[in-house]
Parts: sequence; structure tokens; C-alpha cells
Amino acid sequence: MTSELVITLAKYGVMFLVFLNVAPIMNWVERRACAYIQDRPGPNRVGPFGLFQPLADVAKFMFKEDVTPAAADKVLYLMAPALALLPAFTTFVVIPFGPDITVAGEAVRLVVANVDTGVLLFLALSSLSVYSLVMAGYASNNKFSLLGSVRASAQLISYELALTLSVLAALIPAGSFHLAEVVAWQREHVWSVIPQILGFLVFLIAAFAETNRLPFDLPEAESELVAGFHTEYGSMRFALFFMAEYTNMAALSALGVTLYFGGWSLPWIEYPHNLLGGILGLATLVAKIAICMAIFVWVRWTFPRFRYDQLMRLGWKVLLPIAILNLILVAAMTLAGWL
Amino acid sequence: METLIFFLFAALALGSAIVVVVHRSPIWATLSLVLTLFCVAVLFVLLGAPFVGALQVLVYAGAIVVLFLFVIMLLNIQREESAHAGRGAQLWVALVGAVVFLGMLGLGFWRGGFPAVGPLTPESVSLKALAAELFSRYLLPFEIVGLLLLVAVIGATVAARRPGETGSLEAKVGDEEAPS
Repeated sequence: MTSELVITLAKYGVMFLVFLNVAPIMNWVERRACAYIQDRPGPNRVGPFGLFQPLADVAKFMFKEDVTPAAADKVLYLMAPALALLPAFTTFVVIPFGPDITVAGEAVRLVVANVDTGVLLFLALSSLSVYSLVMAGYASNNKFSLLGSVRASAQLISYELALTLSVLAALIPAGSFHLAEVVAWQREHVWSVIPQILGFLVFLIAAFAETNRLPFDLPEAESELVAGFHTEYGSMRFALFFMAEYTNMAALSALGVTLYFGGWSLPWIEYPHNLLGGILGLATLVAKIAICMAIFVWVRWTFPRFRYDQLMRLGWKVLLPIAILNLILVAAMTLAGWL
Repeated sequence: METLIFFLFAALALGSAIVVVVHRSPIWATLSLVLTLFCVAVLFVLLGAPFVGALQVLVYAGAIVVLFLFVIMLLNIQREESAHAGRGAQLWVALVGAVVFLGMLGLGFWRGGFPAVGPLTPESVSLKALAAELFSRYLLPFEIVGLLLLVAVIGATVAARRPGETGSLEAKVGDEEAPS
């Protein structure tokens, strides 16, 4: 029991370290990439290529004055940023990050929570992330914040259905909620993105909406709502929201590559079943997540923002029917034995 | 360890359930409801039913209560409005409801006693076993529930239309959501 606990904690520690570093690195990547896209240098003064800019930012956040609005609901106002991090740092426990390995005579399955309900746990925890946005907007007692929160909750319900249906379709061929089984199926057959291109497109669009990224960043649309739900937040509290956003993006990317792009594995390559194989698996997963994050940044600085009614229409009238169609198609193909 | 977790989350569930009923601010009540649902989900997991626990969080805490919050914030209800029926009437209705509920519970235990439940095995709580039961022995009730939900959805759509109004619902929604 104790060794099991230690192994689980060690696995969580590894994943935690990976996901903890997402936000500072993405802070630099996002600013440099947007500068590149807009044909300007971007932050390049602190350290080589401006690499130490995130450290300077953290120092700045630490020393800024921490203001709580007088009319705010104090308890909820203080709780919201902390709650934002909770789903961000728990969802990745169901993502497998390597083959089954043997270390010091102990068989280890490289997934933090080795449970049957894998994907459902991910979806359940990530669906709680909207509460921090809603709490922040309501507690700030500010019109712009409240509007941002209302938008966030409406957007989440509209896109969660399409997201869940596309995830469900991706699980059908493997016949299991356990993501390790999904990866195993893809290693035996083919990356799911090929038979399920429709489902992948729905997942991709819904993922942008779920993480409140442009073109769907209506909850914080800066040209209409100042900064949306976090208008009243400054210093480290703002930094926590910022961190949660990027960590959520990374977690959803991890789910996406695990469902559609073989997760930690590469086609035709067998990793050794020891510590080296585990490290290679983790490196593969991180590389795939990095590609996804680059696409997130690229899209953000390329597309204009959707209008709110367009966002709702797209979710209910386009994505949901396509997701249902994809579900039926995949189920039929699996029954016919094509997958 | 498990007993400790059980008592912690059971107490939390009861405490937050009381806040749901008592608190004057609708937002606080709704957020407490989320906490209650989450704690009950933890209890499901402790009982060896992680599937039910995950669904509880996903469907209730993740979707339905978000809808509650959305409506509350859209209508901008700051404080509980004084109920149309007086406080006294409310109390009596609550008392009658509580007595009926306790009576039903008592009747159930009196008739069935406390059935001895064997230890849970991985087979008895597996998703496959659940699905097999649901889609074979309980197929008819399952389909009826589906039909009932469909009727409710259609009913809500019809009820949302103002009487005497013609034209599609879509046109109306489009008008309301168009940016000014």
C-alpha cells in the first residue's frame, strides 16, 4: 500500500512539474510568436532571446499592490483564483504518458490515476472550471465582470455537449473509458484522427471554446468588456487566472493528442519497457502537446473574434449535429468491423 | 482512512446542503449546491461506484447547476424576494413534506429491513456489467425515461413561446441576441 502511494505521488509529481512549466514558457512563446506574426521584435531584452522575461513578469506580479474592491463579495473574490487552478492541475491525472514499465522489480503503469472511468473523470473535473470564472465575475461586483461570467457559463454549456460527444466517439473503437486502452488500440490499428476526422474537427473547435481562447474568448473580450471576468483582479491573483488558462490548454491538448494522435506513442516504434521507455514516452507526449499549443497561439493571432450570437449558433446548430453524426458513423463503422 | 474521508465529506455535504436552504443570496445557495453535489459524488466513489460519481459531477455540477447560475445572473437576482405565500404557509408545507418523506423512508426500511449487502467486487461495479443490465433487463424503463426527457424538452420549447406569437422561435432568439 505504501509503495503504491509513493509511486502514485511520484507519477503525479512528474506530471505536475511538466504542467507547472507550461504557463511561464507559454507566456514567452505567446508574446514572441504574436510579435513575429505582427512583424515586430517582441520582448527580447531580458536574457537571451528574452527568455527570462517570464521571471521578470513573476517578480513584477509579486510586488504589485493587491487590491480588493470595496464592494466585492470578499470570500468568493478571494476563492475564485485559487479554484481556477484546481481543475487545471487535476485533469491530467488520467492521461497515460508512457508504456507499462518495470522499475526496480516493480511493474508501473504510467498514468497517475489508473481507473476505469478515465475520460469521464477528466470531463467531470474540467467542467468545474467554469465556476471560478462565474465566481470571479459575480464577486467583483462589476458590470463588465458579470457580463463576462454570464457569457462564460452560456458558452460552456453550449460547447461541452459537442466536446463530450466527439470524445465519446473516439472511445468507441477501443471500447473503454481508459485512455491507456485507447492508445493501445491506436498502436495496433491507426491514429484515430484518420477514421474520425469529423470528430477531431469538432473536438478542436470545442476545445478553443472550452479554454476561452480566441476566436472564442468572449468572456474576456478586451475590446468590449475591458478584461471580462478578471477585470478587477491584479497582481498574483490575475497571474493565477493566467496560469490556469494555459494549464487548461495543455491538459485539453494532452487529451486531444491521446484520443486522436496516439498519445505518448509513435507509429512503428516500440519503446523499451524500462525507465528509458518511460522518459521517451513522456518526451513524445510533451512534444505533441507543444505542437498543439503552437497551433493555439497561431490561431489566436490570425483569426478575428466571433460575435456572441454567432458563437451560440455555431455551437448548437453546426457542431452538435456534426458531433452526433460522427458518433453514429463511428458506431456503425465499428459494428461493421471496419475499425 | 476511508472512514475519515467518509465523515469529512458527509459532514461537508450536509453543511453545504443547509447553506443551500438557508442562505439569502441565490448565488451563494447555488454555489453551495455545487459543493453538496461534489461531496455526494465523493461518497459514490467511496461506495465503489466511480462511474456514478463522475456522472454526478459531469451532469449535475458541471452542466445543470451552470444553467441555474446562468439564469440567476441573467435575471440579476441580488436577494431572495419575499415569497408570495407568507413564511408561515411555507413552514407548514415544508413540515408536511418532511413528514411524508420520513414516512416513506420508514416504510421502506420497515418492509425491507436492512438488507445485508455482500462486499463489492470489481465485476459487480464494472461499467460492462452496468451497461449489460441497463440495455437488456432494464431496457424498457430506460427507453421510457428517454421519451420522458424528450417530451420535457419539447414542452419547454413550446412553453417558452409567448401565446399568440407566430413565426419561428429562431427568428425571435435571433432578434434578442443581435448586438445593439
